[in-house]
Amino acid sequence: MPFSNIKHQNSYDVVIVGSGAGGGMAAKVLADAGLSVAVLEAGGEYDPAKEEYRTQLRWPWESPRRGANTVRDFGDFDALWGGWQIDGEPYLVENDSSFDWFRARMLGGRTNHWGRISLRFGPKDFKRKSIDGLGENWPIGYEDVKPYYDRVDKLIGVFGTNEGLEDDPDGYFLPPPKPRLHELYFKEGAEKANIPVIPSRLSILTRPVNNERGACFFCNQCNRGCNVYGDFSAGSCLVQPAMKQGTVELYTNAMVREVTTNSDGLADGVIYIDKTDMQEKHVPARAVMLGASACESARILLNSKSSQHPNGLANGSGVVGHYLHDSTGADRMAIVPELIDRKRYNEDGVGGMHVYTPWWLDNEKMDFPRGYHLEYWGGMGMPGYGTGFSMDSMRQYVTDEFGKPSPNGGYGTGLKRDIKKLYGSTLGISGRGESVAMYDNYCEIDEGAVDKYGIPVLKFHYKWSDYERRQAQHMHDTFEEILTNLGGTLLGEKPGEESEYGLHTPGRIIHEVGTTRMGDDPETSVLNKYSQAHECENLYVVDAGSFVSQADKNPTWTILALSWRASDHLVDQMNKGNI
Amino acid sequence: MDRREHLKILLAGTVGAGLFMGTACTEEDRKKSEEIIDKGPGFGYGRTDEEKAHDRRLHAETFFTETEFEMVNVLADIIIPADEESGSATESGVPDFIEFMMKDYPDFQVPTRGGLMWLNNQCLRRYDKPFLECNNDEQMDMIDEIAWPDDADPEMEYGVRFFNRMRDLTATGFFTSEMGIEYLDYRGNRPGFWDGVPEEVLEKHDKSYDEKTLKECIKEEDRYRIAEWDDDANIL
Repeated sequence: MPFSNIKHQNSYDVVIVGSGAGGGMAAKVLADAGLSVAVLEAGGEYDPAKEEYRTQLRWPWESPRRGANTVRDFGDFDALWGGWQIDGEPYLVENDSSFDWFRARMLGGRTNHWGRISLRFGPKDFKRKSIDGLGENWPIGYEDVKPYYDRVDKLIGVFGTNEGLEDDPDGYFLPPPKPRLHELYFKEGAEKANIPVIPSRLSILTRPVNNERGACFFCNQCNRGCNVYGDFSAGSCLVQPAMKQGTVELYTNAMVREVTTNSDGLADGVIYIDKTDMQEKHVPARAVMLGASACESARILLNSKSSQHPNGLANGSGVVGHYLHDSTGADRMAIVPELIDRKRYNEDGVGGMHVYTPWWLDNEKMDFPRGYHLEYWGGMGMPGYGTGFSMDSMRQYVTDEFGKPSPNGGYGTGLKRDIKKLYGSTLGISGRGESVAMYDNYCEIDEGAVDKYGIPVLKFHYKWSDYERRQAQHMHDTFEEILTNLGGTLLGEKPGEESEYGLHTPGRIIHEVGTTRMGDDPETSVLNKYSQAHECENLYVVDAGSFVSQADKNPTWTILALSWRASDHLVDQMNKGNI
Repeated sequence: MDRREHLKILLAGTVGAGLFMGTACTEEDRKKSEEIIDKGPGFGYGRTDEEKAHDRRLHAETFFTETEFEMVNVLADIIIPADEESGSATESGVPDFIEFMMKDYPDFQVPTRGGLMWLNNQCLRRYDKPFLECNNDEQMDMIDEIAWPDDADPEMEYGVRFFNRMRDLTATGFFTSEMGIEYLDYRGNRPGFWDGVPEEVLEKHDKSYDEKTLKECIKEEDRYRIAEWDDDANIL
């Protein structure tokens, strides 16, 4: 062993890197199977049930910045520690391309910040190449993943409805909440355009699934972390229950640098930097599972160079880091005159939309290959930093009893009243779509830069193609049609070619996947169909790195299902003595 | 000692030893200060240690001069005055919020300080005295030059942008204060059960829930029952 001056930790059956959806699920399944497990998390311990961490049910005035996002990227009350930039942990982006990388540094990872939108991929989503000739098919189909989606539904809980839609499969759903007022407006506006609107599918407990987690109490604050675990976060719903089994140890502030391998080229543990004392430490294990997030896991593999794996671990194909793709995103907003000066009541609801629109058209008839879904927002939410802004352009939408509009800007009691009247009258739509995975969109190690732990950092190369630009153009036509149909006055301008039709920068939707994709051919893929590395059989990747294509769905539910499936496979292989 | 003094003491003991040592500070004072700060607004809402330290640093700095701060007070109460329905911006704590935001988002600093200076220059030119020394009519005549963006003289463009920013900060400071939220009549941020839009509101907006929605949505009597499903994935 070349680690004579490195502190050795206890030895485990499996070491898991990351405590988010992928790592958390693996920890739960392996603990239930009786294996000894180390979970390494790069950030600190976090539990939303503890008062010291609680941001839920706080009032805006409790924050001196009234919830502004100057410290936490999604506002001062958001649960997430981390963000688009982390002190001492840079990343680089190639000059003529763009990518924003959102990272969590805390127990539960990015499941502490997400919309709880929990969608199964459908049968077509695993075989897009067969339909449009682009990208690659998955080596598995919906029938392989369905049993795991079923188990995830029952273990974690997701509300929704069985609609019998071909590519938005039914599941084991909890009852959804009734739509809010603006959501009824959306339903009407969309249905006029023959666009279906159905109950959303969010992993929020409208009914409990066990005795350990409480039912939702409708505060609309899932992003702040739930005191009763009424929504899904990996820390509270997977890692904590796993630790109760007694065979799981959690290492926090453990920044993993590389997977170590033995003379046979097999994984035998990981090296991490302990942030509390800045020492390198080695955790030996019989198998390694990476769930550090698609790009962070790719980084670890690329940094795990050895004589057997000169190109980085599991990277004989050179595919690690490639086929990086995020969801597309674009948005539009409107003001609804009928909602101005509306009656007050508690409209918080759950922490997200109560209805949504899954992709409803046939791409064979469109000029872009992949679909998108629609997310709806609006309502009388809790005021926060920004409430009352823009009266220099918005005040004109208030009219008096004779229909005369208020002047923009101003001051005084009239201004104060108009802001009160405008509250709850704006709403909007976000389109979230599938992009096509491309070899040329990738991350790689930049040999010239390291982070403060001495670990070489990633450099991103990413550009949208006409497939995504045409899709975004279509999104904006849809937004305008629905918003106009429901009686809204459009705000802002429709973005054109010069701004890529309003497409968000790659990475911004935080659905990046594909960097260690699975496949049957080791020449063109990193993992096999069980998320096990082709070139290193005791190494698995359980985050969204394994995704071959993204689908017009949010990735979390599929990460959970595939991590469970990979963990079952690992347990089986260990039981058979193959690992 | 007020809160700001306490913060200074605490800082003196941590990062800037010697900086504020003009005031003698006992161990007891330090402990008391720590207690006040940890319980005080701004630190007890789920902050990490780094965030607490960051906010302590911001609170201990002062951005506005006394005169500037007085101008901010006057402007805030012009923008959101007291009336029969609520108190004013200053009564809701807006000036302290604006002072904090200057430090929290430093990009505000130059245009805000510059804007206050610009306002004084304009008043000196017109009335031969700075803004605070102008009488109420003079002040309001000046403000009317920059408060109405659609009708403002192009020469006033800078002042209009400055006043837009002051209006944004004052309005958001007020509507995120306890007083402002009461005035706004926001009813949420408390545990409860969402059972849909009230009937009279549905009627007013000519909306309704269809049969399918009423049948499949969560009912209050079921909300604490542990979920079970039949073999066809129907919830029981």
